[in-house]
This record gives sequence, structure tokens and C-alpha cells, in this order.
Amino acid sequence: METKKKNTGLVIVLLVLVALLAVVPLFLKKGAEFGGSDDAGSVMVEEVSGKAYTPWFTPVLESMLGGELPGEVESLIFCLQTGIGVGVIAFFMGRFVERKKQESLHNDHH
Amino acid sequence: MSKRQRKIVTACAIMALSLGITPIANAMHIMEGYLPAGFCVVWGALCIPFLVAGFFSIRNKLRENRRALTILAMSGAFIFVISSLKIPSVTGSCSHMTGTGLGAILFSPSAVSILGVIVLLFQAILLAHGGLTTLGANTFSMAIAGPFLAFAIYQICQKLKLNRKVGIFLAAMMGDLLTYCVTSVQLAMAYPSESGGVAASIVKFLGVFAPTQLPLAVIEGLLTVIIVIGLETYAMPELKSIGFIKEQEVR
Repeated sequence: METKKKNTGLVIVLLVLVALLAVVPLFLKKGAEFGGSDDAGSVMVEEVSGKAYTPWFTPVLESMLGGELPGEVESLIFCLQTGIGVGVIAFFMGRFVERKKQESLHNDHH
Repeated sequence: MSKRQRKIVTACAIMALSLGITPIANAMHIMEGYLPAGFCVVWGALCIPFLVAGFFSIRNKLRENRRALTILAMSGAFIFVISSLKIPSVTGSCSHMTGTGLGAILFSPSAVSILGVIVLLFQAILLAHGGLTTLGANTFSMAIAGPFLAFAIYQICQKLKLNRKVGIFLAAMMGDLLTYCVTSVQLAMAYPSESGGVAASIVKFLGVFAPTQLPLAVIEGLLTVIIVIGLETYAMPELKSIGFIKEQEVR
């Protein structure tokens, strides 16, 4: 039980750290665009090679849609990706937690 | 409301807010059509042996024991979650993490290659994020270079008898960082600078990716430690069965 308590504290500290690391930049760089580093990458490609670069292949979905994926739909698909992942993790974690509870109940009865 | 209930409500509000203000943007991976065809083919070819090894590694592990499947699924799901979260960084742009360290440590780095390709395909096809032509290069950086380094660092830390959590943190963090370093090198090789050649170009691309990625790599390290703590607490039989924790270790 002792180690479990210690772990709970550690997990909370780590989670707070994670949240801080993610949120603090927003306040440090007020008004920054927070665009993707991909886009920064393509700007750099132009700078290094000295000319505007035209990608020689457009994403399949974009050529099928005849344009870029709408921003809202894109965030929907990103959410879907997160959701699938969280669902799987939560499902198995829930089973593990319940199993452990059953085991310790079982042990108590003996 | 009792004090405890109020705390819960506050926590919920903070979480909702922090999710709500995270801007949506594209980040990382080499974009579709941004690598010359020759490079696409070479990087793709380089990935094949790793993917084949990964396929066999997963099949053998699962044949040995079916229990490994749950942990494998969770490692894959972890990559799904982590690589879908775009997080603002100190440089004023967003990027996301890779999440490949966990699977590399728990299983084998080559097994993660397969999981990584699934995620990259998902993003390339549905999100136009990364790309099919650059799939080879992106696979090499995210699903091969990163996990292999993570695995190596974890093994070294174990040899040095470092605290397991410290080892996991370092492994996941460095694996994440290396992914972006490899991406920089890949871009630099395709776009050597006119004055300084490939080397000067590497420095330039690293200048874009590295400062953005550093805090995110730390986040990835911390999250990986958290999930391993969770698994150690509740899924000890599985961790033992995949050999992550030795039978005689008492915790």
C-alpha cells in the first residue's frame, strides 16, 4: 500500500508538469500564431533552396475533394484518432483495475 | 457543494479550458510531395526490412502468449493518442509527439514500426498530414529511428542500474527528439543549402524543429512514465508475461 500511495503522488506531480509544459508557451508567446512546425519547415525549404517549391504530389484526399480538408473536419478526424486511442487504453485499463480489485477481494475472503 | 466536489469541478474546468485553447494546426512529418521521388523510394526501401522484422516480432510474441495482445494494443493506442495531440511550444508554433517510446520499451522497437506505420497511414490518408509519397521517410524517422534509440537508451539505463522510471523518461524523450533530428536530416539531404551544402542545411532545419520539439519531448517522457506506473500497478501479470518485469523482482 505504501508504494501505491507514493506512486499516486508522483503521478499527480507528473501530470501537473505536463499541463504546465503544454500551457505555459501560450502565455510566454502571446499573440503568436501557433501554426504547425510543418509549415515552418516548408518556409525553410523555400529559404534554403532559394525558390518557391511546388509539391509534386497532392494528398489523395485533397485531389479527390478538389481542395483542402475543411479545418473543422480535420479537427474532427484528429479527435477521432484521439478517441480511438483513449477508448482502447481506457477499456483495457478498466479491465485491469477491476481484475485487481476482484483478486484482492478474493484474497481477503481466504 | 462539498469541498471535494468543488475541487473536482475546478479540475474539470481547468482541463476543459486547456483543451479548448489549444490551437489546431498542422505539425511535423514531411509533407506530401515535398521529397524528390528518388528519396521517397530509398527511404521506403530502407523501412522494409524493419517492417518485416516487426511483423515477425509481433507474430512470435503473440504466439508465445496471447496476453501480450492487450499490452500491444495499448502501446498502439498510446501512439494514436499522443500523435494526435498538437501542443503549443515555446517557439510559437505547434507540434505533436510520437508516443513510440512506450511500445519500444515494452516490446521491441521493430514491433513499434508496424504500429507507427498504421498511425502514419491514418494521418496521411485521412488528414493529409504527412503523406503517401513521404511515408517511407516519415516511417523511418518516427517508427524506426525513434523507437530504436528509445530501446537502446532504456537498455543502457537498466545496465547502469538507474531507476526504472528515470530510464523510461530518458528513453521516451530522446526517442521523440531523434525523430525530429532525423526529419531535419532527411529534409536537409533533399534540400542542401547552396552555400554550405547538406551540413548547413541540417543546422537550418534543426533550428526549426529542435526548439519546438524539446518541451514536447519532455512531455512525452513524463506521459510514458505515467502510463507505465499505471500498468505496473494494475497489469503486473501482463508485464511479467512479456518479460518487461522479471519474475523475481519484488515490488
